Amino acid sequence: MRTLSETILKGDAGSFVDVTVDRALSHDGTGIQALTALKEMGMDRVLRPDRTSIVYDHIVPANNSVTADLQAELRRFAIDNGIDFHDIGEGICHQVMSEGIVTPGEIVVGADSHTCTMGAFGAFATGVGASDMASIWATGETWLKVPETINIRLEGKLPRYVEAKDVALRYVGLLGAGGANYKTIEFTGDNDLGMDDRLTISNMSVESGAKAGLFYADGVTCRYLRSYGKEVAPQKREDCSYMREESIRLDDMEPLLAVPHRVDDVRPVSDFEGVQLDQVFVGTCTNGRYGDLKRFADIVRGRKVKVRTIVVPASRTVLLKAMSTGIIRDIIESGAVLCNPGCGPCLGAHQGVLADGETGLSTANRNFKNRMGVGAKYYLSSPTTAAFSALRGEITSPGDMS
Amino acid sequence: MKGVVIRLGDDVDTDQIIAGRYLRTKDRTVWAEHAFEDLDPSLSSRLRGGVIVAGKNMGCGSSREQAAIALREAGVVAVVAESFARIFFRNAINRGIPLFEVLGGITCDEGDEINVSLERSCVEVDGHTYQALRLSDRMKEIIDAGGLIELRRRGV
Repeated sequence: MRTLSETILKGDAGSFVDVTVDRALSHDGTGIQALTALKEMGMDRVLRPDRTSIVYDHIVPANNSVTADLQAELRRFAIDNGIDFHDIGEGICHQVMSEGIVTPGEIVVGADSHTCTMGAFGAFATGVGASDMASIWATGETWLKVPETINIRLEGKLPRYVEAKDVALRYVGLLGAGGANYKTIEFTGDNDLGMDDRLTISNMSVESGAKAGLFYADGVTCRYLRSYGKEVAPQKREDCSYMREESIRLDDMEPLLAVPHRVDDVRPVSDFEGVQLDQVFVGTCTNGRYGDLKRFADIVRGRKVKVRTIVVPASRTVLLKAMSTGIIRDIIESGAVLCNPGCGPCLGAHQGVLADGETGLSTANRNFKNRMGVGAKYYLSSPTTAAFSALRGEITSPGDMS
Repeated sequence: MKGVVIRLGDDVDTDQIIAGRYLRTKDRTVWAEHAFEDLDPSLSSRLRGGVIVAGKNMGCGSSREQAAIALREAGVVAVVAESFARIFFRNAINRGIPLFEVLGGITCDEGDEINVSLERSCVEVDGHTYQALRLSDRMKEIIDAGGLIELRRRGV
């Protein structure tokens, strides 16, 4: 009787296991640090290049010569080693991995904290730093402590204008920013959450400190991966014991915000109605998928945003689909600015950093003080709340705009 | 090991330890120099010989290893916390920084002299001894080697 983490890692909670990594992921930011560490270890080759992915997403295209030089060095290394390399414009690493690369039951280790996103497929996916990544490049393996598991049952159906991001904010608020430290969260329950919803929900598990945030692969997972040419089997859930159990009734939920500067300070949007905004940002590994852009476009179509608005598709695939269905036109005609696929301003490095004293609303996963602009304030919300708020230039509850 | 207490609060994220705008370089002195800049610009000058005593969830957020490298470069002796965020926990160990997780935290003031022992997994300050969670033998081996890079360089 095992939790999904125990099944995949082949060990009991609390034990240490040595594992072969099925997918080692890094990006332009952490990849160069891993390469430096690898060289310092006295090594220069990657053992399993086909299982190693490097995706350029954090500061793309390069913003200055220092960044460009670092990216050039890592690019040469990736190509020379035959690594699964995705250059600028392909998208955010977690989104690229979700487009038919990662499959259920795999062990995914990434040099990025939001590697937990891949838990949506029932893969054990967790973040590490650059030294660990260098060591994985060299040996194909790492050690992990098998985590205990918190079960969160998501039951029912979300009301109109309430979405996966609100669910993510709800459970992060419930557990607290460190409430799931060292633990896995298993999301179960009778609900109709799709693959994109699960990706949003798993993505934010690290914001509660979790090592992984897992959904069991089921028919939804199999159909989604089939559309990318991957045939996979559903995962069987065993009767297991959890260290904590929580339940969220989706039908009773309302649109939520994480308010400055804590991701676990979660309140109803309606309590902050009218807060003036200087910028709205829609994108990131949390909410830059096609469905997110579509819901945003459906609300702003034929209207004008009243505040600087930046939209960043999570991947080239997302952007191409958004172009073919016409929603990119709706977004641009609304007055929003479209940037290339990637992380955008999320990490505070480029493409829309806020000024001192400004207030932003973002669909990202972090509102740490100073992260997206020194002296700025950031609220986190769903793309739907972001759309209604962009049209008014102030925080606005989703609803009738007439 | 002995040091001087530097007190920090709960949920110190790695963006606060080293901000995103300083990450793109290989020059470690940049990270040490700008450590905690947005939290307290005077703090980086006090890190050498310091033992950071933080609250809950120390090092949460981004996986950036530059946060751990910054502390090592700045001369931080050890980090004590009520709890650690797990990626920072691994990164600090991989950079050879002794960590002490003390359930319930410890009572001490900024500037107090503090002793830490990895061998005995304990922290001593102001006449009190606090038991820390015992690190695994593998974690201790990495710290003793001065970090994962040193360990791998020796072919382990």
